[in-house]
Amino acid sequence: MYSTTYHRPSSVDEAVALFGKGKEAKYLAGGQTLIPVMKQRLASPSDVIDLARIKELVGVDVGGDTVTIKAATPHYDVASNAALQKALPALAHLASQIGDPAVRHRGTIGGSLANNDPAADYPSAVLALGATIKTNKRSIAADDFFKGLFATALEDGEIITAVVFPVPAKAGYAKFPHPASRFALTGVFVAKTKSGDVRVAATGASQSGVMRVAAIETALKANWSPGALANVTIPASGLMSDLHGSADYRANLIKVMAERAVTAAG
Amino acid sequence: MSTVKLTVNGRAVSADVEDRTLLVHLLRDHLNLTGTHVGCDTSQCGACTVHVDGRAVKSCTMLAAQAAGSSVTTIEGIAKGDELHPMQAAFRDNHGLQCGFCTPGMIMSAIDIVHRYGGKLDEATVRHELEGNICRCTGYHNIVKAVLDAASRMKVAQAAE
Repeated sequence: MYSTTYHRPSSVDEAVALFGKGKEAKYLAGGQTLIPVMKQRLASPSDVIDLARIKELVGVDVGGDTVTIKAATPHYDVASNAALQKALPALAHLASQIGDPAVRHRGTIGGSLANNDPAADYPSAVLALGATIKTNKRSIAADDFFKGLFATALEDGEIITAVVFPVPAKAGYAKFPHPASRFALTGVFVAKTKSGDVRVAATGASQSGVMRVAAIETALKANWSPGALANVTIPASGLMSDLHGSADYRANLIKVMAERAVTAAG
Repeated sequence: MSTVKLTVNGRAVSADVEDRTLLVHLLRDHLNLTGTHVGCDTSQCGACTVHVDGRAVKSCTMLAAQAAGSSVTTIEGIAKGDELHPMQAAFRDNHGLQCGFCTPGMIMSAIDIVHRYGGKLDEATVRHELEGNICRCTGYHNIVKAVLDAASRMKVAQAAE
């Protein structure tokens, strides 16, 4: 790892001010991606600004129509929150499947979204549920947030403060994890909103990061059941192909994971 | 350079380290607590697992500075004098190790698992929860047995208190 300077601000405003002073500063949340990347010398921030201990950034609020997860809340706290398990069990389940227990004790939702790894779990839930990403400057709709591989709508120095999820009528998540890293080889989040709309998002599959899956949305809107997907074919164009799985394999995985997610959603 | 102050195995410690120093290097190189191992150095194998404020974390994926003000427990901090922690005793009794390299991390993860599940564990849960710890000798079978054995011992120990 190259040399860096560590800062621990106690508020979002202080963090933003520190970011502005650094030559090439980076925010550090759980560090489960940034630190490995720094160790590989693929990132060499002049300053790392630790957000994990900022009190206003940690916590889960479960309301009647929405669930708010503050940005620096670790995955374990999301997965084990009793009120969330009741209100939006698919999201708690998703959090319980990220990485491994030690990673879940450190990794955060804000860090995951800001990084936007094409195989990360959270982006699929945020996109399928039509969540809103709150930052220190504004609110960003999920549909406008993800901009391709490791790219988001966040501006330089902007901090995610919370994610607000509308509580759906039904939702489910299923993923085929890579056996070593536990990243999604393909993961699918399905959601039926209280107004009857259906949104489906897949992660780990597309060359351009998390994506909606129109063919599955149409089929589930007509008939919310795993059987409704029997005759759906997902085109392999634009999907990732690597030593773990070809684009055709991932295209089929999208369908299989969607079926499992609908089964889990009930 | 920064002065990092934290509690390690119940003892207040202070070390002058570069900001890029990883927690595992603070423990091993500055405090000479070499029971915590560096295996893969890529957050996958879990040999470096320690507890930070009561939660299992990979100390190769955390800066020492991030742990400032925290309470850290390593494999050296769990026995009571000559009396092994029930998890250590269960690993010995169940032949839960061969070369032993992964064992400190396995034990720290396993104690965390028992704490989180309050002793309500089954084999499938233990296997799932140990996904972040890799062993290349045992085939895991006796490790899982040891964790389940220790879970019941820890339950008994807790009830006796």
